[in-house]
Amino acid sequence: MTLGGWLYIVLVFALVLGAAFPLGRYIAAILEGRVTWARPVEVAVYRLAGVDEKRAMRWQDYAIAMLLLSFIHFLLLYAILRLQYYLPFNPLHIQGMAPRLAFNTAVSFTTNTNWQAYAPEQQVSYGAQMLGLTVHNFISAAAGIAAAAAVMRAFCAGGLSTLGNLYVDITRVTLYLLLPVCIIAAVYLVWSGVPMTFAGNATAHTLSGAVQSIARGPVALQEAIKEFGTNGGGFFNANAAHPFENPTIWTNLLETWLTLAIGFALPIAFGHMLKDKAQGRALMAAMAIILALGCAGAYAAEAAGNPLQIQAGATANGNWEGKEMRFGIPASTTFDVAATGTSCGAVDSFIDSYTPLGGAVPLFLMQLGEVAPGGVGSGLYTIIVFALFSVFVAGLMVGRTPEYLGKKVQAKEVKLAMLAVLVLTGFILGGTALSLLTASGLGSLANAGPHGFSEMLYGWTSATENNGSAMAGLSADTDLLDYGLGAAMLFGRFAFMIPILAIAGSLAAKPKLPPSPGTFPTNGPLFVFLLIGVIIILGGLQFLPADTLGPLAEQFLLQAGKTF
Amino acid sequence: MAKTAAIALFSPGILRRAALDSVIKLNPARLIRNPVIFVTEIIAGLVTFSAAWSIHSHAPAAFAIVIAAWLWLTVLFATFAEAVAEGRGRAQADSLKHTRSDTMAKLLLDPRDRVLFKPTPAADLQKGDIVLVEAGDLIPSDGEIIEGLASVNESAVTGESAPVLREAGGDRSAVTGGTLVISDWLVVRITADAGATFLDRMIALVEGATRRKTPNEIALDILLAGLTLIFLIAVVTLTAFGAYAGTRFSIPVLAALLVCLIPTTIGGLLSAIGIAGMDRLVCFNVIATSGRAVEAAGDVDALLLDKTGTITFGNRMAAAFYPAAGVAMRDLAEACALASLGDDTPEGRSILALAREQHGIAPQMPPGGRAIPFSANTRLSGLDDGTSTYRKGAVDSIRNTLGAVGDAAFTETAACIARAGATPLAVAANGRLLGLIELKDIVKPGIKTRFAALRAMGIRTIMVTGDNRLTAAAIAAEAGVDDYIAEATPQNKLDYIRKVQAQGRLVAMCGDGTNDAPALAQADVGVAMQTGTQAAREAGNMVDLDSDPTKLIEIVEIGKQLLITRGALTTFSIANDISKYFAILPAIFVGTYPQLQALNIMHLHTPESAILSAVIFNALVIAALVPLALKGVKFRAIGAAALLKRNLLIYGLGGIVAPFAGIKLIDAILGLFHIFS
Repeated sequence: MTLGGWLYIVLVFALVLGAAFPLGRYIAAILEGRVTWARPVEVAVYRLAGVDEKRAMRWQDYAIAMLLLSFIHFLLLYAILRLQYYLPFNPLHIQGMAPRLAFNTAVSFTTNTNWQAYAPEQQVSYGAQMLGLTVHNFISAAAGIAAAAAVMRAFCAGGLSTLGNLYVDITRVTLYLLLPVCIIAAVYLVWSGVPMTFAGNATAHTLSGAVQSIARGPVALQEAIKEFGTNGGGFFNANAAHPFENPTIWTNLLETWLTLAIGFALPIAFGHMLKDKAQGRALMAAMAIILALGCAGAYAAEAAGNPLQIQAGATANGNWEGKEMRFGIPASTTFDVAATGTSCGAVDSFIDSYTPLGGAVPLFLMQLGEVAPGGVGSGLYTIIVFALFSVFVAGLMVGRTPEYLGKKVQAKEVKLAMLAVLVLTGFILGGTALSLLTASGLGSLANAGPHGFSEMLYGWTSATENNGSAMAGLSADTDLLDYGLGAAMLFGRFAFMIPILAIAGSLAAKPKLPPSPGTFPTNGPLFVFLLIGVIIILGGLQFLPADTLGPLAEQFLLQAGKTF
Repeated sequence: MAKTAAIALFSPGILRRAALDSVIKLNPARLIRNPVIFVTEIIAGLVTFSAAWSIHSHAPAAFAIVIAAWLWLTVLFATFAEAVAEGRGRAQADSLKHTRSDTMAKLLLDPRDRVLFKPTPAADLQKGDIVLVEAGDLIPSDGEIIEGLASVNESAVTGESAPVLREAGGDRSAVTGGTLVISDWLVVRITADAGATFLDRMIALVEGATRRKTPNEIALDILLAGLTLIFLIAVVTLTAFGAYAGTRFSIPVLAALLVCLIPTTIGGLLSAIGIAGMDRLVCFNVIATSGRAVEAAGDVDALLLDKTGTITFGNRMAAAFYPAAGVAMRDLAEACALASLGDDTPEGRSILALAREQHGIAPQMPPGGRAIPFSANTRLSGLDDGTSTYRKGAVDSIRNTLGAVGDAAFTETAACIARAGATPLAVAANGRLLGLIELKDIVKPGIKTRFAALRAMGIRTIMVTGDNRLTAAAIAAEAGVDDYIAEATPQNKLDYIRKVQAQGRLVAMCGDGTNDAPALAQADVGVAMQTGTQAAREAGNMVDLDSDPTKLIEIVEIGKQLLITRGALTTFSIANDISKYFAILPAIFVGTYPQLQALNIMHLHTPESAILSAVIFNALVIAALVPLALKGVKFRAIGAAALLKRNLLIYGLGGIVAPFAGIKLIDAILGLFHIFS
């Protein structure tokens, strides 16, 4: 560990948290319809799509529209992937994707997961990358923010029957937030050396006389939205470790910032919408503390390195396996931690090669439900669910029926929140267990022992939590994993989001109680620590036995000189 | 019911019965209402079966037997907690039942004729029957007086032995079955069917026979059931993970892990906490018609309090003397005292008390003195002692009768007193104006700090009074209430409640008259006075047997205490999980990966002893917390933020730390006796 390393982490936090305040205020303005600088375009979109922007939706309408929209986009993407050979922008003449893999990929990009069971530069055409994957990166990110907007609105007033209009939210978020920031970021990326071209692979003759075919393509825009929308699906198989995705330490910093920006801005936006900024800051603080612990933990573990390599004299300063020399350890671990604290899942260093403890950090951050700060939108509504739990468990201790932001938390909300958490737990642990009981599942593992176990656990966690990162040792393109993880992604996204929209609908209808000295305070440091405690106990404890058998066991075995 | 002497926390009689009941409650069909403990019972059964199988197949079974035994104890402690709580309620109900007697009622054949009646057992009376009750008779059932006036001893219900007056019409027309008519007679129309009287309902509620889960309890139950399911998934999938790692975890080990992780502590104590909350109200001589009402009391944001009797003593009292120009204070005080010597009203006595306490004047009745009582004609009272005449009365009356007008300063002082909401009395001696007495509604001492404490809890107090706006405002300011309703009528009380409720706040009030009934019904917590009318008692959701309106404040505190106890034990229970992981996880995995011994940070002796210690702790903590569940966590009016900090520290942090110590201690004791170590 070096002072420079710690300063890099501090710099990332300063840039992200500093930007969260103006960005949050801006997002609140977008969601409240106060941003109008591209109003003609916005109106044209509504007219083209036949959307009545005045129509407010009940939570059921909102949820149905969300499902419908996602289903249509899934079908569209599936068709594009299957038919990409016949579609334009295919200079490399890549064949259509096989049905199983196309299903997995279409689900993956529709659910904002971007789990990649395929090798992009060999299996996806430029056209499919742009029209299919990049478009979905925008839509699925905007859909997540829209769902969060619906949940946020539920707390803003009493006796509401509607939560806004999904189509309007998606249009505004895309038009006013995602597109402008991504275009600016993409220009910077191009300037830094990221390709944005329709030309096919470059051919290079090496000094030794060998011929190399170097993959390239329209990378820059997809790279920007991949981070900003916490999607994570790389243009190249090597993801952000590839020099064409992430050429310099500055693009690495920018991409880390993009990954975290919206996640931390949304609680601030929530505070603005509530007209109670302290509430938003409290949620942001809890997110930031968890992420900071994760960054510190992963950096410390990787900087300490692999004891066997150190004994062998192979390295003096940390675990460099799977890391880019041009970034160094702190920038690598921070990137990966940011990508797993969110639902991004992009990597610039390979988690499979991390020390067991270093790799446990991304795994645990995902298992906590991705709330530090979480995927765009999903992070906010997930942490709100934990806030409801916190208030419900500890709020009774002030002697009142628990309420959060003036809304009483009662049996219905608890039931729905519990259902959502159960879905996540069931898929992560159940999926891992089932896979390990089958020959097919065991065949996907590249390593034996606890490391192999971690690979499988990581895969199911990543899919269910819609993260998309992987321990690369897992061969995921099998019947079991393509379909199984596809189902995990679908349920992890929608079987989680819809109960939460239902909670929002139920809370919206309740009267908003004015705060009084007898109300449980949810804007101070006490609540922040309570919330963190509840996230760890309710979100993480159920995974502890599995994590003990995976990364923890491996760490202790490694120290005893045993590797897998 | 005699003023319920708080039943000792654990009386031997209750414990004996509870021990038996706790076994009866093991019936799974009954236990299923409590999902956490139900799961624990199934697991205990499973481990028992596995132990039996081990014995049958001559495998080592000692560990399974011990784990099974402790799991059964866990379930038993939970059912025992509920049984004790119910037992305490039953003990209270028994003292109520004594008053329910097999009275013979005098059923009138013709309500207009009090001579012809048919003796009928009280149990056969029906709603609408008309009965005669004479001196020495027990009133056979609840009813409304339609004719007559009598003094009634209601100590059977209220514990208060002084008889109360009951008469037809007005606010004192309700009578309660089981109370005794001491003088005169009453004709009563029965208003409750047999078995449905007020007393019957009280007994049923106190016994917990009709106990239904409250909304908060249901929500908490869902959370606990959900947590149980989550940990069930974690433990079941663990078998597959073990299989991958080449280990087969035994049933007792997995059972121990599951039972330690699911929230058995709060699951076992939840219903006891609810029953005990109702019980605390009963000890306090307040009967709630449902647990929901007790819970609502904790949520109340606004209290409507009657001015008279709750905030003030109810009588105007002398507060100060104001001498007229040129009159010595001492002379005025003496004249006031003399003018009041023959005045036996509370006001007169308060004037004497003021003269004595503040001015040291306590005149005796002068020889030949003659008290002049208050007359409606002159509206004056006073004293003639042969040489002098002393008069006191309303300012106008003194002026009109004696012609003594007083100067401008005098007039201004009188106006000033009236503006402050008090009443000025003028005093004259021998036709000369000496000064003024300020008569004032005296606010009860300490009530202001009480209201401040309520405000810190986020509860607003609203004073309800028939006084005019001016007087009401002055007293409101003095008592420190947040708002007041002056010139209160049943309608504007109801309107006020609706207005506050429309802001999303919960309102509590108490009342006794029939005209209070709509407001009592509208309020979220309506406390009817036992002395009130039947209509009021039906409309409220609580009845105060002592008819003491100040109790509303304590009722709110009891409601809060119930919720706090539930929250505290839930937090404690969930926080416990962390330490149990550190006890059990290394123990069950160390066979697979010996290096995981490093996680055994408590240095427990052996895996078996570690698992057993966690299970024993888990069981004992339920038993250890039964007294807290029954007594309730103390409520402190220190504001939500401070209260949360305090309780989080004790039950949250304590819940994390305590089991580390407890499990280590149990392991040490097991080690001492070489049990599994």
